[in-house]
Amino acid sequence: MRMTSALSFLTQVTGKSSRNLQGTTPGNTRDSSVCSSWSLRGLRGWCRLRHTSQSERMETQSQVVERLRETFRSGVTLPEQFRRTQLTNLIAMIEENEEQIIKALHKDLAKPKFEAVLSEVDILINELYYANANLNSWMKREYVTKNLATKLDDCFVRREPLGVVLVIGAWNYPLQLLLLPMVGAIAAGNCVIIKPSEISAATEQLIAELVPKYLSQDCYAVVQGGAEETKALLKNRFDHIFYTGSQAVARSVLVAASVHLTPVTLELGGKCPCLLYGAVNMAAAARRLVWAKYFNSGQSCVAPDYVLCTPATREALLPEIQKTLVDCFGTEPQASPDLGRIVSPRHWTHLMELLGRSKGKVVVGGEGNQEDKYIAPTVLVDVAEDDALMQEEIFGPILPIICVDTLEEGIAFINRQEKPLALYVFSEESSVVETVLKNTSSGGFCSNDGILHMTLPSLPFGGVGSSGWGNYHGRWGFETFSHRRACMLRGWGLEMLNGLRYPPYTERKLSWVRWSASPKSMCSLM
Amino acid sequence: MSREQLVVQRARKSFQTGNTRRLEYRIHQLKGLLRFITERRKDIADSVKRDLGKSEHATDLFETLGLEGEIKLAIEKLAEWAAPRPVEKNLLTLLDEVYIQPEPLGVVLIIGAWNYPWAITLQPLVGAIAAGNAAVIKPSEVSSHSATVMEELLPQYLDKDLYPVVTGGVSETQELLKQRFDHIFYTGNSTVGKLVMGAAARHLTPVTLELGGKSPCYIDKNCDLTIACRRITWGKFVNCGQTCIAPDYILCEPSIQDRVVEEIKKSIKEFYTDNPKTFEDYGRIINQRHFKRVMALMEGSTVAVGGESDESQCYIAPTVLKDVTETSKVMKEEIFGPLLPIITVSNVDEAIQFINEREKPLVVYVFTHDNKLIKRVRAETSSGALLANDCLVHFTVSALPFGGVGNSGTGCYHGKHSFDQLSHLRSCLIKQLKLEGVNSMRYPPHTAKKLSWARFFLLKQVNMCRLRRMALLAIFTGLAAFLVQRFLRRG
Repeated sequence: MRMTSALSFLTQVTGKSSRNLQGTTPGNTRDSSVCSSWSLRGLRGWCRLRHTSQSERMETQSQVVERLRETFRSGVTLPEQFRRTQLTNLIAMIEENEEQIIKALHKDLAKPKFEAVLSEVDILINELYYANANLNSWMKREYVTKNLATKLDDCFVRREPLGVVLVIGAWNYPLQLLLLPMVGAIAAGNCVIIKPSEISAATEQLIAELVPKYLSQDCYAVVQGGAEETKALLKNRFDHIFYTGSQAVARSVLVAASVHLTPVTLELGGKCPCLLYGAVNMAAAARRLVWAKYFNSGQSCVAPDYVLCTPATREALLPEIQKTLVDCFGTEPQASPDLGRIVSPRHWTHLMELLGRSKGKVVVGGEGNQEDKYIAPTVLVDVAEDDALMQEEIFGPILPIICVDTLEEGIAFINRQEKPLALYVFSEESSVVETVLKNTSSGGFCSNDGILHMTLPSLPFGGVGSSGWGNYHGRWGFETFSHRRACMLRGWGLEMLNGLRYPPYTERKLSWVRWSASPKSMCSLM
Repeated sequence: MSREQLVVQRARKSFQTGNTRRLEYRIHQLKGLLRFITERRKDIADSVKRDLGKSEHATDLFETLGLEGEIKLAIEKLAEWAAPRPVEKNLLTLLDEVYIQPEPLGVVLIIGAWNYPWAITLQPLVGAIAAGNAAVIKPSEVSSHSATVMEELLPQYLDKDLYPVVTGGVSETQELLKQRFDHIFYTGNSTVGKLVMGAAARHLTPVTLELGGKSPCYIDKNCDLTIACRRITWGKFVNCGQTCIAPDYILCEPSIQDRVVEEIKKSIKEFYTDNPKTFEDYGRIINQRHFKRVMALMEGSTVAVGGESDESQCYIAPTVLKDVTETSKVMKEEIFGPLLPIITVSNVDEAIQFINEREKPLVVYVFTHDNKLIKRVRAETSSGALLANDCLVHFTVSALPFGGVGNSGTGCYHGKHSFDQLSHLRSCLIKQLKLEGVNSMRYPPHTAKKLSWARFFLLKQVNMCRLRRMALLAIFTGLAAFLVQRFLRRG
């Protein structure tokens, strides 16, 4: 893989397509012969690729950032073919190591193979193929509508890479949440530093091992460590920071980013409400709700956090939930291979303590096993708005059901909380769905199912308000890590027309300018 | 409770009534803003004259003309911009509705700048109103006359609870920044930009920062120097150089430096007469502090044209400095004044290197007849925008995103970009509770068979274009077969 990267790097630098983007190259400040300076630089670069390796390099974080910045300046990540090669290599990395990946995920989260395959492996491979298939069109110039004054000019938008970007992953989907943003960053032509979560340690280790084997080490680096290391890493200057995680840490990320005016994307969480109202096929609703809630043992940023429904709906819903839980996990869920575990003893303790503080009534589950980090799929009723379970994002297999009498009350309840990452409505009445959609705000919205809206690469995935800002998936990831540069190439002719804008300013000149600058002036000409 | 807290609270309460969700309401407000610009043209021009010494026509050309265009565009296109945007589906969602719904964010804070006190403060407002937000408008206190007029008159044309104007200085701005907003739109310098971003962190508020920088202007020796210098002169000295996208400095080969100086001198005389000080269409520096700052930048450089000044009027003549080096004072910060330094470089390689050694600017300008050279400069530099063979005019094309990158800013606006910047693009998947059988493959207990079905079905992308093409091909083939058959039968 490294030989392939080295060869493609060599092809790029001796060809015409690579460029010196930013900064000087040692020993070549005033070399007027472009080709010879490029060959020299290319050879040096190739030698560098040839001799470095993760184990040989004992670099500080700042050295890693600087090295990637040098590489970015060489222009090697710009050509489409280079980006494709890296994306293809990433596909190979995942496909060739699927077993190991599934094992690591099982070690970290007891993730069932089914979940690991769908939510970590396949979703990534899908995204990679999608990026490869569409990269050419994403990179194309976008010509824009002009006014009469600029009719003969070339006006277009070009997507350009930002430089060196940082992606900080999370532990609940340790592969997906780290590498999916990376796909967008690579496709957009950046150098990327990825920082996997140390909490999902087995996956972190595997990523640190595999990524340097498959991707160009001069363009992409893995930095490991905990909170201290991340804080130190954030002192460096990046051209974009992509963070997935909690609001508290997001604030620190933002403060660090503001020092360098670094743009950020924040994929945070929140309490995703799930409203059931009106006519509902309760069996189907319960199945979809249970699937979405207990997937990854409730540790999903888009899991339905709590349910809102009328007392009558609750009466019909509960038996269906109970039945579905038995259908899915049997009568002894702890023995089911299809139920994950809580990621760490600390998180387990926190969830059990939260459950203990709740004033709601446990109607399903409630048991836990500390050694196994197991918490049974749990449902509570009679939960009030000020309950302990309603003060923070649950992020576990605990589902409070809160009763409201009317749809308006449900909507008002939702609007009193922070804007969530996702909002779910189950109803067979389209007017109910429409009403909730129009009167609430959330990152994403899905009616009559859970989570699925985030599996479509055509939909932007991101939050709003406290649940985050910015988005990614598919083309959105590419745009997030690109700068949309406005380009205008004016002609030299028609200088007389320009005379209208030069001083001395007159009323007559002004009315001509006004007419020529409006987009409608072309229509009136016709 | 402070005045700022009250204002924001009222704006939020008004937003929560849901009035701004209705497109008719937004259009009504936009029409009010348009009426304000047209009916109060004189008040606006007077305030700018007092702040920046700008003539009435200059204000029309550079402040209100652009604003009018933006408002009219927003009114015309609002229904299209605000409509649901359908997207590509996958196999699983083929029968569902999948689209992006633009939605308002809530309460937006717009912090304006003093150099174009109306255009820069109100253009983001157009986007905020169009996107259905409430907006707190904080005009710059440095352009104090414009701020006063805005505070007094705008509430007569717009809903004063939804779009309040808050005037004040640093402490009032700091108090505002303590409040919670759903987006902050700041135009100004990078030092304050960092503070705004840091303050926004507290509430996790997204920001748009329209900052500045030193926009370089490379003049190739193979180009029509007369035309190039005319366009550069215009771009530089409009508003007395106080434009974020003004060409900050020139890079050219030593062999053409004298010619460039001559041509610029000619153009200055053509535009501003022999005595720009008495000429109505030449402006003034905004205040004493900036006057002193700009004058100090001239130290140590050779004045080739102009150089005269009058502190009592905050007047600085259109000035060209030659043989400037990278260590000269004038190269240490964004000039934002009527000084045009010329730095000589051996060739375009050196020019590109020079540009890349500095922070990414708002614009890179290049003047040349050689398209390959333009392509090279574009490919090897990074900036908010790139404009070849002219200055400033990319600002007038509303379809082009206007914004910076790196130190020159984050985010963009103008036209639809303003609308999108100040909206939340909400992903919507509208499913039915039918076809539950299909879902069985995803529910536990998991089996290898279910997994292979799920792998195929659940995430599979469908290429709608290809499907349509195949469908058309099938229809065409069927029709062709039918016609051929009929023909053969007759024959």
